Amino acid sequence: MGKIEDLKVINGEGYQLSTLEKVIASARANSMWPLPFATSCCGIEYMATMGSNYDLARFGMERMSFSPRQADLLIVAGTISKKLGPVLRQVYEQMAEPKWVLSVGACASSGGIFDTYSVLQGIDRVIPVDVYVPGCPPRPEQIIDGIMKIHDMARNEPLRRRYSDEYKALLNQYNIEGHE
Amino acid sequence: MSKQLTNEYVSELLTKEFGEAVLTVENPYGLLTVEISPSKIHEVISWLKSHTELAVSYLTNLGTVHYPESTGREIAVVYHLHSLVNNFRIRLKAFLPIENPEIKSIVDLYAGANWMERETYDFYGVQFIGHPNLVRILNEDSMDYFPMRKEYHLEDATREDKDDRFFGR
Amino acid sequence: MSNLKNTNAKSLFPNQVELDNMDGEIATLNLGPTHPATHGIFQNVLKVDGEKILSSEQTVGYIHRAFEKLAERRPYNQITPITDRLNYCSSPINNMGWHMTVEKLIGTELPKRVEYMRVIIMELARIADHLVCNSVIGVDTGALTGFTYVFQEREKIYELYEEVCGARLTTNVGRIGGFERDFSPEFHRKLKDFLRTFPKVFNEFDSLLSRNRIFMDRTIGAGPISGERALEYSFSGPNLRAAGVDYDVRVMNPYSSYEDFDFIIPVGTQGDTYDRFQVRQEEIRQSLRIIEQAYNNLPEGSYKGDVPDFYLPPKEDVYNNMEALIYHFKIVMGETDVPKGEVYHAVEGGNGELGYYLISDGGRSPYRLQFRRPCFIYYQAYPEMITGQNISDAVLTLSSLNVIAGELDA
Repeated sequence: MGKIEDLKVINGEGYQLSTLEKVIASARANSMWPLPFATSCCGIEYMATMGSNYDLARFGMERMSFSPRQADLLIVAGTISKKLGPVLRQVYEQMAEPKWVLSVGACASSGGIFDTYSVLQGIDRVIPVDVYVPGCPPRPEQIIDGIMKIHDMARNEPLRRRYSDEYKALLNQYNIEGHE
Repeated sequence: MSKQLTNEYVSELLTKEFGEAVLTVENPYGLLTVEISPSKIHEVISWLKSHTELAVSYLTNLGTVHYPESTGREIAVVYHLHSLVNNFRIRLKAFLPIENPEIKSIVDLYAGANWMERETYDFYGVQFIGHPNLVRILNEDSMDYFPMRKEYHLEDATREDKDDRFFGR
Repeated sequence: MSNLKNTNAKSLFPNQVELDNMDGEIATLNLGPTHPATHGIFQNVLKVDGEKILSSEQTVGYIHRAFEKLAERRPYNQITPITDRLNYCSSPINNMGWHMTVEKLIGTELPKRVEYMRVIIMELARIADHLVCNSVIGVDTGALTGFTYVFQEREKIYELYEEVCGARLTTNVGRIGGFERDFSPEFHRKLKDFLRTFPKVFNEFDSLLSRNRIFMDRTIGAGPISGERALEYSFSGPNLRAAGVDYDVRVMNPYSSYEDFDFIIPVGTQGDTYDRFQVRQEEIRQSLRIIEQAYNNLPEGSYKGDVPDFYLPPKEDVYNNMEALIYHFKIVMGETDVPKGEVYHAVEGGNGELGYYLISDGGRSPYRLQFRRPCFIYYQAYPEMITGQNISDAVLTLSSLNVIAGELDA
C-alpha cells in the first residue's frame, strides 16, 4: 500500500510516531472508496480507467462503492439533467463525511456543449465540487490526474476541517446540512 | 421473395383503396411519401399491416415536424414504415392544426409506438387518442410547454450563468 | 401469440400477472436511477413477490440533452459531435451515418476507397460496442475476468481511432464527403497487429463464458422475447436477431459498399440473454471478417469525395488560394447551401437500425432532424421481458439489451 508521506517517522522496535491527523489523512487518501455516478459518455471513459490498462486499483481504489453510505468520493461522470439533479443531490446527502466530489467532463462541470433547456449547467449548482476535470470526455489519464488531486486534498486535509464554520457555510450555500 | 414493389404500384393501391384520403403522393429521394388525411391514418396503417402482399408490418419511426408558417396544418406527424418481407419503405404524413393536434394512436397496431407517441407528445404536444398512458417521457412532468416547437428557445430561459454574447447568439 | 389480435390497451403487457390473485407479500423495489446494475441512469420500479417480478414501471429521460433541438441550431458539419454522444460505445457508426445522410441529401458519389475506409472504422466500432456489452453481461453474472481481459483489446481499438482522428471515445471521425486524411502508416501497422492478435484473445474470452455452466445457467431463458413481439416493439439490431428475425440494415439496404463483402447474419432462436450474447459474439467474428475483406481489398484512390461545399480545403490552400479561403470561411461559418428536401437514411448501429430523418429547408442548419434511436424503441419492451423472471435475470436482461442512456434519452 502507499507509504505514509510527509511523516517524520521515528522508527523503533514495534512503534512509529506520527500525528494522528497525518495518519488518518494518509489512510483516507490511500484507501478511498469511489462512488461512480456515471451517466453517459464520460462513464465509459471511467470504465476504461477502471479497466486493466489504466487500472485505478493501483491507487487503493479497487472497491467501487455503489452505496453512497460507504463512499468517500463521488465521481460524477456525465451529463446531469435537471430531472436528475435532485437525485444527485440526494446521493450526495446520503454520503458520510468526509466526502469529496470529482466532476468528470465538460457536462458535469459546466453543461458542456449541451446548453439546452433540459441540462443542468454544471453540477456545482446542486452540490459542492472539489475537483473539475475538463474534456469531452476526458482521457483516462486526465481522470486519474483529477483523482490524484483529490488524493492530495485528502492527504493535506486537517481533521477539523469538516467541523469548521467555513465548511458549514459552504454547505449552507447549497442548503445541505453538515454534521453536528 | 416476391417481386419488387415499386412506389407507383403501392401508391396506386393506396389511392384505389382510400381515394379521397390520399392527399398527395411524392417520392423524395426514392422514398414513397404519402400524405393521408389525419382521420384515416389509423385505418391506412392498419390496412398496410394486414395487406397480404404489401405486408408493411414494421414501424421504423414516428416523428413530428412543426411548420409554424402553414396555417391550419402546422404539425406534421410522420410515420416511417417498412415492409421487411418486400424490403419496401414508405413514409406517411398527416398534418394537424396546432390548436387541436389530435390523431388516433396506433399503439394497438404497434406496441413499439407507445414510447414514440409519448415522446412526440412530450416534444410537440400531439394528442394521441386511445394511447394508454400519454404522459411526458423525457422531460420532467412539471414542464409546462412543448420544447421542440419552433417558438421555444433551445436554451433554458432562466439560466443566468452564461452570457449569450460570448456564444455567438 | 393469440393476444396479438387483441386491440385494447391493456393487452400491451400480456404477461402481467394480476396482482390480486397473488399470495404472499408483495414488495416494491426501486431499481435505479443510480443503481450499479442498471449501467446507466434509468429507473425501474419493480413489484416483486420474493424474487419474482410481477410488474415493472420505467422512468427514463434522466439524461435528456435535447439533441434534436440542438441539431436545429447547428450547421451540418457541427452536428457530427452531437451524433457522437448518441450511442457513445460506437460513435464512429453514428458519425458516418450522419455523413451519409447529408451526402444523400446533397447527392454526391464518393470514391470506393472512402466507403471501404468507413466500413473498416464502422466495423471496429461495432466490435468495441459489442465487447463492452458482452463483457458487462459477464460482469453481471459475476465473471469480472472477461471484462478486464477484453478491455485491453478495446483500448487497441481506441488507439486505432486515435490514429485516424485523434479522439478515443467521442470520435467525431470523418467529414461530410470523406476523411480528414488517409490512414497513416502507423494505423496500418496497428490494424494488422490488431487483426492478428485479437482473434486469439477473443476466442479465449469466448471460451471463458460461452460454454461456462454457471454463465449458461444464469443466461439461458433470462429475459426472452419472441420474434413476433420483438417486431411489434420495432426491435432492431442484435436484439431482434437474437429473437430469430434476420433483419440487418447492412444487408437489406446496403450503404457504404456493404454489398461487396461476404458475411453472415447470426440469428438466435429464443431471444433470451444467452442468444443475445451469442449473436453479439458471432457479429464480432463477422465484423472481423468484413474488416479483413475491406482492408485486403482497399481500393486505391482519394480518401475524400468532391464536395467543396462541405469539405474543408487543405490549410496551405486556405492561405494561398482565394477560392479555398472562401470555402473555408463558408464552411466554418456554416453558410453552405444545401438542397431542400427530406431524407431518411438508416445504418446498422451498434444497437440496431440507427436512422436519421432529416428535413432541410435550404438553410444553414436542418429544419428538423430526428434520430431513430434503437435503444429508445426497444427498451419499452423491458417490463414485458422481465415479468415473471427473477430480479437477477432482470439485471442480466438489461445489460444484454445494451441500453445506452445517451441514445435512449437523446
